[in-house]
Amino acid sequence: MKITVNAKPHEVAGVTLSAALSELDFDSPTIATTVNGSFVPRSERMDMALKDGDRLEVLSPMQGG
Amino acid sequence: MLLYGTEITSRLLLGTAQYPSLAILMEAIRNSGTEIVTVSLRRETAGGSGAGFFDMLRQTACHILPNTAGCHTAEEAVTTARMARELFATDWIKLEVIGHSDTLQPDVFALVQAARVLSDDGFKVFPYTTDDLIVGERLLEAGCDVLMPWGAPIGSGQGLRNPDALRTMRAHFPDTPLIVDAGIGRPSHAVQAMELGMDAVLLNTAVAKARDPKGMASAMALAIQAGRAGFAANPIEPRDMAVPSTPILGLAELS
Repeated sequence: MKITVNAKPHEVAGVTLSAALSELDFDSPTIATTVNGSFVPRSERMDMALKDGDRLEVLSPMQGG
Repeated sequence: MLLYGTEITSRLLLGTAQYPSLAILMEAIRNSGTEIVTVSLRRETAGGSGAGFFDMLRQTACHILPNTAGCHTAEEAVTTARMARELFATDWIKLEVIGHSDTLQPDVFALVQAARVLSDDGFKVFPYTTDDLIVGERLLEAGCDVLMPWGAPIGSGQGLRNPDALRTMRAHFPDTPLIVDAGIGRPSHAVQAMELGMDAVLLNTAVAKARDPKGMASAMALAIQAGRAGFAANPIEPRDMAVPSTPILGLAELS
């Protein structure tokens, strides 16, 4: 299915958030995720079913003021 | 200084952005003596990029204060805060809701709204706000125990644009930790903030963009200590006329 990850289009086979993340090599333990603008905690990624057209944001620690 | 029940000795909070390198950032953190560093969240690239930075920060034993920089709505800020809580394993959040892209001034209405949602959700909110007293009151009502009024626009280095407003804030909120956030450019600005009775100063650009960031980190630390000691020692008020400091009594008649 086609999803958007950090504003870039991707084609993934996995049907859950955790499957899509590992498929796209987001394997760092220090990431946080949203699907369609809503926060999805780490503990819920396995059960979070994705559908065609979903928008994911995958964020990590960054320098900030 | 007690921030949400945590005893903090250093009155300098330091941002971690814009340094020439991670090594210089680490030296600046050391020289500043800070116990609280601010961080942010940005898009991860596949394969990982943010983890190394966070690992280095964890070695410093500083408290991590994640921000919601770049958020323009209460909803965005709340979502970012929840991501930050998971990522950095802290319920502290520096809440920024930006109202205008040019001035980067806070949208205080959305700020209060987001502060209420986050406080109710167990967050300890450090709101980046203006020096408006009523907004400060609303933030306290929303659950904040700390206020972070601006000194001048973010990154401007102008110093305190409205010292009288900060003085008034100090008088109005005698028991609330007040941290000047944004606008500090030089050590003298930090001294002035501390002499006004502010509890602490949060700065980033002034150190990161100085020619010698670690030297400036030391200078800011000294300035903040000096300003605080000066406030505690209760300075004299300015007088209109000269007043001799050397005693008149016993002065010889020589003409």
